[in-house]
Amino acid sequence: MEKFEKLTAIAAPMPLINIDTDMIIPKQFLKTIKRSGLGVSAFHEMRYNLDGSDNPDFVLNKEAYKGANILVAGDNFGCGSSREHAPWALLDFGIRCVISTSFADIFYNNCFKNGILPVVVSEEQLQLLMKDAEKGSNARMVVDLENQQIETSDGEVIAFDLDQNRKHCLINGLDDIGLSMEKIASVDAFEAQMAQSAPWV
Amino acid sequence: MAPKTLYDKIWDAHVAHEAEDGTCLLYIDRHLVHEVTSPQAFEGLRMNGRKVRAPEKTIAVPDHNVPTTLDRLKGIENEESRIQVEALDTNAREFGLVYYPVDDVRQGIVHIIGPEQGWTLPGMTIVCGDSHTATHGAFGALAHGIGTSEVEHVLATQTLIQKKSKNMKVEITGKLSPGVTAKDITLAVIGETGTAGGTGYVIEYCGEAIRSLSMEGRMTVCNMAIEGGARAGLIAPDETTFEYCKGRPNAPSGETWEAALAYWKTLYTDDDAHFDKVLTLKGEDIAPVVTWGTSPEDVLPITASVPSAQDFSGGKVEAAQRSLDYMGLTAGTPLCDIEIDTVFIGSCTNGRIEDLRAAAKILKGRKIKEGMRAMIVPGSGLVRAQAEEEGLADIFKEAGFEWRLAGCSMCLAMNPDQLQPGERCAATSNRNFEGRQGRGGRTHLMSPAMAAAAALTGKLTDVREML
Repeated sequence: MEKFEKLTAIAAPMPLINIDTDMIIPKQFLKTIKRSGLGVSAFHEMRYNLDGSDNPDFVLNKEAYKGANILVAGDNFGCGSSREHAPWALLDFGIRCVISTSFADIFYNNCFKNGILPVVVSEEQLQLLMKDAEKGSNARMVVDLENQQIETSDGEVIAFDLDQNRKHCLINGLDDIGLSMEKIASVDAFEAQMAQSAPWV
Repeated sequence: MAPKTLYDKIWDAHVAHEAEDGTCLLYIDRHLVHEVTSPQAFEGLRMNGRKVRAPEKTIAVPDHNVPTTLDRLKGIENEESRIQVEALDTNAREFGLVYYPVDDVRQGIVHIIGPEQGWTLPGMTIVCGDSHTATHGAFGALAHGIGTSEVEHVLATQTLIQKKSKNMKVEITGKLSPGVTAKDITLAVIGETGTAGGTGYVIEYCGEAIRSLSMEGRMTVCNMAIEGGARAGLIAPDETTFEYCKGRPNAPSGETWEAALAYWKTLYTDDDAHFDKVLTLKGEDIAPVVTWGTSPEDVLPITASVPSAQDFSGGKVEAAQRSLDYMGLTAGTPLCDIEIDTVFIGSCTNGRIEDLRAAAKILKGRKIKEGMRAMIVPGSGLVRAQAEEEGLADIFKEAGFEWRLAGCSMCLAMNPDQLQPGERCAATSNRNFEGRQGRGGRTHLMSPAMAAAAALTGKLTDVREML
């Protein structure tokens, strides 16, 4: 997994609430057996017309946002299906950070497994960041994970909270399974005890 | 000892390792696997030379991609779907998992066959790369959806890295009125909490109306906990639960059954245990409901009218307008005047035998409206067999429904069962998102009885008029 330290990038505004994972990556693209190559299909139904041409009204199709690496999105981002294809598609498109007032649990969790930083801010802070994102390619937002802060193009600083274990893994690009394997003796012991106390499991 | 909730008890019984900051390795008793969210996880195991730690606790079945037409054993036409199902077949055999292939009569939707085969039991921890894993909470099991990276983690370690969620209680008091079902309860709850109201919580459903439900109904309620944002829904096990589990192929028997039963009877929330959030609804106040928009929180009683975007506030104004535009609806239209052209009865929410019985009760001796496309997709091969034995299949076919083989089908339209742009469907599934049942397709969620009623009239219909 790629490390996440500090990101200086264009942010795209997506104020719509309840952007679900079906919107982020529709089901026809879940038939892949790979993790890669989903970026071209991200936000497919909003991004492309029925004839396959680009929908010029969709934010990520606008010239000012084509290079965006940050999304500033409405409440409850990533709700619905557990599909990890959603963060895979975002990452493949180039999105490394999503900022919102809240995220659905499974999506939030999936982001950390893929080097994407989801940041939770207050409603007021989101409005400020949304305004900043509206400046498009004229502006750069700075997301600093080490110091847990976002700096707008105007130099306003917003601090954010984060689970320290998740932060550690993201900054160092650590593999969860490798870390858990170090504790596998506890699992062996637990399993042996369960075999005695709950043999039906 | 401090009083504990049901969630606290199951959690405490499964912590295999706890770090200083409260991050735990939670032991997983059952891991359900389907073809869509698992191939990358198995590939990850291979790349790292890892094995499946507990193949005997890992149950695999293809469900999302499989055709549900009667000729499906001739193979899957769509190449990508076929490759995905073949990949599951290879992975299940190579890693030695418990496996129900597409030609096995026990094949079906993963959340239907887990309970049916007795893999799902009270007090267990159950995960699957699928958000509707919440279904299994009906047994008093802690069950939730995970991503593919976590699927790989569970395959390799039989644990999940977790921090504890908060406790939420949803109590449904009193009795349900005629024509009101488990689906109406679960939709009404989401209507109250919103789709993010349960985020960060595990919900325990309780109260007389919940207690009175069958296991099938309880599964419908817990299935949609995720649509309210909660990762898991729970219902404390009782005699109804034990009766359902007894004699299932993988349930314990003899002395082990007695030992299990003694333990299961300790699985309830202690008096005075703390809940971080509480919602109470009166069973009598719940009406048959339908959704009008593109979020499961867009719920109204069937007697209401389409709302206006201005009825809402904040970000919901824009979202509601977008929903109305997408759904092709005008504010003020009575919901009962909305014409539909498709009916889908099935899914992990409502694809069990009780759901089919409820639909058959409405459809018996009647015909669906001319030109209506209507299908019933049983949740498993065994549900299908039972429905045939009970004569339900004949009722469906005589009414004009297509009678399909088991699978996820038009709930998410990964297989050929899809809506065309502009088509409007009365569906018993769980999501009415934009494009969920096919690009441009319009979905109204409701109970099986309500969907059956809509098939007869060609419009959203108050099923109470047909009882």
